[in-house]
Amino acid sequence: MSALSRRLSSLDWSIHPPYLHAAYESTLLRSPQKPLVPLPQTLSEMTGPVYGHDEIQPLDHDLTRNAVSDGPPIGERIIVTGRIVDEVGRPVPNALVEVWQANAAGRYRHLVDQHDAPLDPNFTGAGRVLTNRAGEYRFVTIRPGAYPWRNHENAWRPAHIHFSVFGRAFISRLVTQMYFPGDPLLPLDPVLQGVPDERGRARLVADYAHDVTEPEWALGYRFDIVLNGSRMTPFEDPDADDDE
Amino acid sequence: MSNSRLPQTASQTVGPFFHFGLVDRGDENNLVNDAVKGERIVIRGRVLDGEGEAVPDALVEIWQADANGFYNHPDDPHHENADPEFRGFGRSDTVSDGQFSFRTVKPGPVPFDSRRFQAPHISVRVFARGMLTHAYTRFYFSDEEEANAADTILNIVEPERQHTLLLERRESSEGPVYVLDVKLQGQDETVFFDP
Repeated sequence: MSALSRRLSSLDWSIHPPYLHAAYESTLLRSPQKPLVPLPQTLSEMTGPVYGHDEIQPLDHDLTRNAVSDGPPIGERIIVTGRIVDEVGRPVPNALVEVWQANAAGRYRHLVDQHDAPLDPNFTGAGRVLTNRAGEYRFVTIRPGAYPWRNHENAWRPAHIHFSVFGRAFISRLVTQMYFPGDPLLPLDPVLQGVPDERGRARLVADYAHDVTEPEWALGYRFDIVLNGSRMTPFEDPDADDDE
Repeated sequence: MSNSRLPQTASQTVGPFFHFGLVDRGDENNLVNDAVKGERIVIRGRVLDGEGEAVPDALVEIWQADANGFYNHPDDPHHENADPEFRGFGRSDTVSDGQFSFRTVKPGPVPFDSRRFQAPHISVRVFARGMLTHAYTRFYFSDEEEANAADTILNIVEPERQHTLLLERRESSEGPVYVLDVKLQGQDETVFFDP
């Protein structure tokens, strides 16, 4: 083969965190050190799992109702919505979006989480939804609390919601975290600060959205997501393979 | 890239607490049911860190073609031939001593371009606490020597590192088991790709 074939846009490493980010201690032994091998894209990279709306349960998007046992979960009810698009702004429909988070007290429903904060019997903190034809998703949940971790002295993770997204192609796969505007812990967080580009970090912070806020019910936040894997024009592809 | 493109959303670690959100929903490491066509296989291995210690809070995802080499996806030109019972996606935690495992079928050969086929392979993504961005690799089959030797992508990899991509076949009472560890760092670090 004469040249690398790239038909869909790859990860932009000026935006995504490098594997080694020493301030986040767990990266030290878990970061690949050899250079990544550039891979010609084949059908294996350009396809990916397809999900259908029949696989989503009616309450999967509502974390305030999908795990209740004796009443509503404690905490501040919020609405989180946004659009999933590719780099040219085209919506990604039928994208599976999964979220998981701590409860209002900053505690995860997970055996490994031993933070001295209460579990909420009415809150699991997991949800999933498929985007609609406009690439939009919407969750109702409880604003998560900050929680301590052992990365460094007096380390606290800012409040965040974990997002997992499947785009159209397997190379568009993204796992990220959404943060809240105005959180004083953001500049102190080695996970967020692992994103090398300041604007890249800013885009992980949701916007307060008054048009999403519902009167006398819940505050609204908007968190839009841009996936790699956009179809490239030959002009944009410096390594275009000419045998197609 | 031109300025008209929107900047990508940055990756963040999956963290240590993803299980109740991503894997506890069902047995997503089982890709087969009775109706799926093809040779049943088990794939397993461990995720290891730079000191060879198990990584018990990793998430391994696989994506593969069906037994005839077709992807169940509209962008495969032959997707109408794909096994409708086989989605081709699975994911496994590594809670038990860093070990992941999948029940699946051995994939068929997939086209590389209009003239050549690729050796049977599985696309693999690894996420973990301590990985701010996931890593992408491929699993090939050690018993496909001829196809592997002719594979364009395997041949991009330095010969002395190719073994980090080869599942080793072992026989068991339950059928063939293919084994390969994923080494995030250090001696015999797995080859990771930038697709």
